[in-house]
Amino acid sequence: MTAPAIELKGISKAFGPVQANKDISIRVMPGTIHGIIGENGAGKSTLMSILYGFYKADAGEIFISGKKVEIRDSQAAIAAGIGMVFQHFKLVETFTVLENIVLGAEDSGLLRPSLARARRELKALADEYELNVEPDALVQDIGVGMQQRVEILKALYRKADILILDEPTGVLTPAEADHLFRILENLRREGKTIILITHKLREIMETTDTVSVMRRGQMTATVKTSETSPQELAELMVGRKVLLQVDKTPSVPGAVILDVQNLNVTDDKGVHRLKGINLQVRAGEILGIAGVAGNGQSELLEVLGGYEKGTGTILMNGTPIDLTGTKSDGQSRRARGIAHVPEDRQREGLIMDYAAWENIAFGYHLDDKFRTGPFMNHAAMLQDTEEKMARFDVRPPDPKLAAKNFSGGNQQKIVLAREIERNPDLLLIGQPTRGVDIGAIEFIHQQIVALRDQGKAILLVSVELEEILALSDRIAVMFDGHIMGERDPAKTDEKELGMLMAGMTGDPADVTVAQIEERLAYAGTGEKV
Amino acid sequence: MDAMPKWADVVLIPVISLVLAALLSALVILAIGENPWEALKLMVDGAIGSTYGWGYTLYYATNFIFTGLAVAIAFHARMFNIGGEGQAVLGGLGVALVCLYIPWPHWSLALLGGTLGAALFGAAWAVIPAYLQAKRGSHIVITTIMFNFIAAALLNYLLVGALKPAGSMEPSTGKFPEPTHLPSFQDMFSTADTVMFRGAPANITFFVAIAACIAVWALIWRTRLGYEIRAFGHSESAAKYAGISPTKIIMISMTISGALAGMMAINNVMGEAERLVLNAVEGAGFIGIAVALMGRSHPFGVFLAAILFGFLYQGGAELALWTSIPRELIVVIQALVILFTGALDNMVRMPLESFFLSRRRAAQRKSKLTAAE
Repeated sequence: MTAPAIELKGISKAFGPVQANKDISIRVMPGTIHGIIGENGAGKSTLMSILYGFYKADAGEIFISGKKVEIRDSQAAIAAGIGMVFQHFKLVETFTVLENIVLGAEDSGLLRPSLARARRELKALADEYELNVEPDALVQDIGVGMQQRVEILKALYRKADILILDEPTGVLTPAEADHLFRILENLRREGKTIILITHKLREIMETTDTVSVMRRGQMTATVKTSETSPQELAELMVGRKVLLQVDKTPSVPGAVILDVQNLNVTDDKGVHRLKGINLQVRAGEILGIAGVAGNGQSELLEVLGGYEKGTGTILMNGTPIDLTGTKSDGQSRRARGIAHVPEDRQREGLIMDYAAWENIAFGYHLDDKFRTGPFMNHAAMLQDTEEKMARFDVRPPDPKLAAKNFSGGNQQKIVLAREIERNPDLLLIGQPTRGVDIGAIEFIHQQIVALRDQGKAILLVSVELEEILALSDRIAVMFDGHIMGERDPAKTDEKELGMLMAGMTGDPADVTVAQIEERLAYAGTGEKV
Repeated sequence: MDAMPKWADVVLIPVISLVLAALLSALVILAIGENPWEALKLMVDGAIGSTYGWGYTLYYATNFIFTGLAVAIAFHARMFNIGGEGQAVLGGLGVALVCLYIPWPHWSLALLGGTLGAALFGAAWAVIPAYLQAKRGSHIVITTIMFNFIAAALLNYLLVGALKPAGSMEPSTGKFPEPTHLPSFQDMFSTADTVMFRGAPANITFFVAIAACIAVWALIWRTRLGYEIRAFGHSESAAKYAGISPTKIIMISMTISGALAGMMAINNVMGEAERLVLNAVEGAGFIGIAVALMGRSHPFGVFLAAILFGFLYQGGAELALWTSIPRELIVVIQALVILFTGALDNMVRMPLESFFLSRRRAAQRKSKLTAAE
């Protein structure tokens, strides 16, 4: 019997009072793809950092191909045949692809021979694994998908047999992600061992042979992927039963709350971002805006939320709202019953250095209920925060903790609590579950549906097509600042929506999935098709 | 979780930084051939050893409180106002005009009028760069420092021209009339038998400065405007989302900042010189930056840092008077203090943080052991 390519025995690591890894053991056989899944903060990245020599474990042993090794630093990891592709790429932007690959692994003081050898090897690797890159392009000029391939090539050039990828699809479009998985499949066929760290169940199910689940620093299970289900994995990750499907009844749309007519936006650089948008949102329905990021969805939310100017007409409950003048700011929008959960909660929705109790009032800080005389009423703000934290199950329920110290899901709950609890007529919500754990996703989706059932209008923007399909009562697809069309989620599918997202019209039967994916890879990037 | 208890952050780090700066200064004094211990004694004696010394230390401190608060409040809006110098010059002009051209019946009213004049002129001098920043994107650091030069030139022009009394050979205004003279500490604290603070320039403005500290604290941490200023300072994009107007915050915070810097003039022009002279500010505008940095932009911290710099100013003057240590050395010592408390903050902070972390971990291990038993 062959020895495992990599084996960890009893790895433990603590940071101060936090036990990031506790007695972790795994065996990964050569020539397999092994997934490690867990929520944010479960300890996945810590474990991989130990394996790559960034941290030293407090206890435990590491075996590579049956031999015990000490990995003191990344040099030792590379020598042991471990390659790592980080979530945030570590490339020199102003160097060419080839220079980046050779960097740190030059044969001698002279660069030319190394580069020539690298060029030959690169050609071989590209043919073998579909790892095609442009060797002479500057890294800053190539897309993220190719940058990631450069990272993989860097590891392979250093003779890595074990490749660790940390959340590799976070920055990729769906088409690029599929390309990546084909590469991984090729690598596995050649006998490489791959460890894939992710929190996306779908990727685990589609690509891995075995999967380990981590929760709160511990390895809760290791199972064969073919013998498990997304439902089971989700339960193992969260530690309780999780609803993966959104539970909702058909909508009962009422009066038109938001009526957008011929809305145009041109940004600071003179780029025409929204080109004559028309849409309506009724009470008691969720309108989902699908589209590849960068096709005008952000601008739509920003104009409606009051921090981007536009031209055209927007009627809220039948009366127009100011798009350019003094009443076009966020305060005025809130006064008109528009609440907004922004796409980027860390840059917009929260002041990261403010405590939770200060953030609960953010945007509503001029309300009389937070005021006593000329001063802010801190006691009222604290009490308000405690109530909202309890209702939205924010953890830890400590109003005095700074926003930056909460996890992504809990930050989002704070924003959501603040916006929903105002009882708005219209809720704008962008990327509601980006960077949010499965357990919290379920909760957030329930809150959105509950708000709809109270008869509120909801405009949802998400780049996750699954989320749009699960939540929306109607779907509008945006491409290049236009609405390509509206669809009924019950009567459409990912293929048809994908076509619209890529800006294609016509009968879905006439185009192949590959054609759509090719076009999708360019949608929203500003690059020419 | 924070790595250290709050008291260590607020008290221990500045104190250690200060000690380090003092040790290095001692080496410099040793190199000159003087005894550092004697020098320290002389400084302490001269600056805080008598009511006379205190009278000077607190006078300087008053200047630094105003300019320090000015820089601090702008910092909260992430504006770097290095034009405190020029704003204080203009504040002096405001005070002079108020004192010379309005007949005041009593010093208390004159103080009120002088404060208004100083604040108004200082604010006006800050509003122009603020407007350029908010509307035209001209960087506030560049414009405020240029306005320092314009202010100096303007004052020069006025003091050799319109404001100079006929027949005077000196570039200064005439003496302010009697009713505008502010009570000094000597007037306020001397009893029939003992004279306190004899001849020292500290005056009632010190209490105005303390009031300003409290007012700024309440403004920043207790009012809605302060909430908006801090929010804008932390994240402009978030402020826009919330509907906080960047233009409004830049204009208001710089107006307050300029007014505070200008108010320094009621201390040095109205309280001490009792006329407007050239170079009345003497670099206090720039010291304000160091004071705000060291005080971590907190009014109470600014107050303490201002007292420290007042001590260094007065102690330094004493050193120059009684020893062969040149006055310039004081600038070296001040620079070391700024270097250690401002720029080299992390040098002290990092080892201290790891010390506290390891101590906490040891304590946990111990509590775990006792729990196991």
